[in-house]
Amino acid sequence: MCAPVATDAYKTYLDELTRAGLLIPSGVKGVYGRSGTFEHVINQFEVFVTRMGAHLDPEVMRFPPVFNREHYARINHIHNFPDLMGSVHSFLGGDLEHTELVRKFEGGEDWSRDLDASEVMLIPAACYPLYPTATGTLPPQGRIVDLKSFVFRHEPSDDPARMQIFRQREYVRLGSADEALSHRDAWLERGAEMLRSAGLDVEPVVANDPFFGRGGRMMKATQREQTLKFELVVPICSEEKPTAITSCNYHLDYFGQAFDIRTADGQSAHSACIGFGLERIALALFKTHGLRVDAWPASVRQVLELG
Amino acid sequence: MVQNEIRDLVIKHARLSADVSVLTDRSDLYAAGLTSLTTVNLMLALEDHFDIEFPDRMLVRRTFGSIQSLAEAVEALKAS
Repeated sequence: MCAPVATDAYKTYLDELTRAGLLIPSGVKGVYGRSGTFEHVINQFEVFVTRMGAHLDPEVMRFPPVFNREHYARINHIHNFPDLMGSVHSFLGGDLEHTELVRKFEGGEDWSRDLDASEVMLIPAACYPLYPTATGTLPPQGRIVDLKSFVFRHEPSDDPARMQIFRQREYVRLGSADEALSHRDAWLERGAEMLRSAGLDVEPVVANDPFFGRGGRMMKATQREQTLKFELVVPICSEEKPTAITSCNYHLDYFGQAFDIRTADGQSAHSACIGFGLERIALALFKTHGLRVDAWPASVRQVLELG
Repeated sequence: MVQNEIRDLVIKHARLSADVSVLTDRSDLYAAGLTSLTTVNLMLALEDHFDIEFPDRMLVRRTFGSIQSLAEAVEALKAS
């Protein structure tokens, strides 16, 4: 069991995970290597996700964890989550500027200000690179897309479940408002059943994204008022503050408008997604069933085909 | 009139797609093009202008739906 003080509980679990070799510390909070066992659990959960989504015959697309800076500029992320962003910078100067850069580096000065923005940003969600590629008219039945990527959010923390870079596996629906909402609601139910069958006693809760600052209060309240976001939460280190391990989101026609995605009848496309937080699910499984996978309950091992 | 001050702030901060000259106090601002992001701009402008702070219970679409509903919210907050 976790200690009553949550911050200590985070460190205690992180210590257990690193001592067991499941996570490999890098010296940066929230950035870890993963062991073969940890990856095996994630792989097997993904096999489960693929099995449970097979009836939808989704298109499979895999994007790298960076995307076009121009596309980033169209989604208001800079307004809503400036503190979480990851911008890729590099050195764009010539010999003269390089000499200055190295001088600063060797002199222990701040050399990072001599860098310039590259063409790419780190992606904050696995589905973001999809929408710019969907500009135009959708087929009559809309689209269902299976996505997975590492995503980045700059929020260093002792909580092993709050990583800076982690994987999301998503099923995205592009189509009418009804199609998007049905997708969100069906996956909320299916996702909860899946996680419970893996022995995780999740609860669905209305949620909001961590919008930044004073104005963010309004965005949080509006998102909750419209019940756009649900999370499946389960205690990992704290009973009082259970951790969201999966989220189900309805975006209205936000991405349809931003990237001119239209339904076959010319309306702005609506979208919805389920995002499985793969590391968090693995961490919840290890917390609930123990750090030794071969000692997990037979029913869980069967569902995840752990052999 | 609080309504006139609010109207000026709406014109300046809400970036409405509709013609603001035909807006009445009871016009639906969301139908006129208010979005979640421009609602944030408008909220911050109202808080600064009237030196108030909207409590979370007032951060709902109903409050921001019209100049009249905003005026009632502002009056209530100024009185408290």
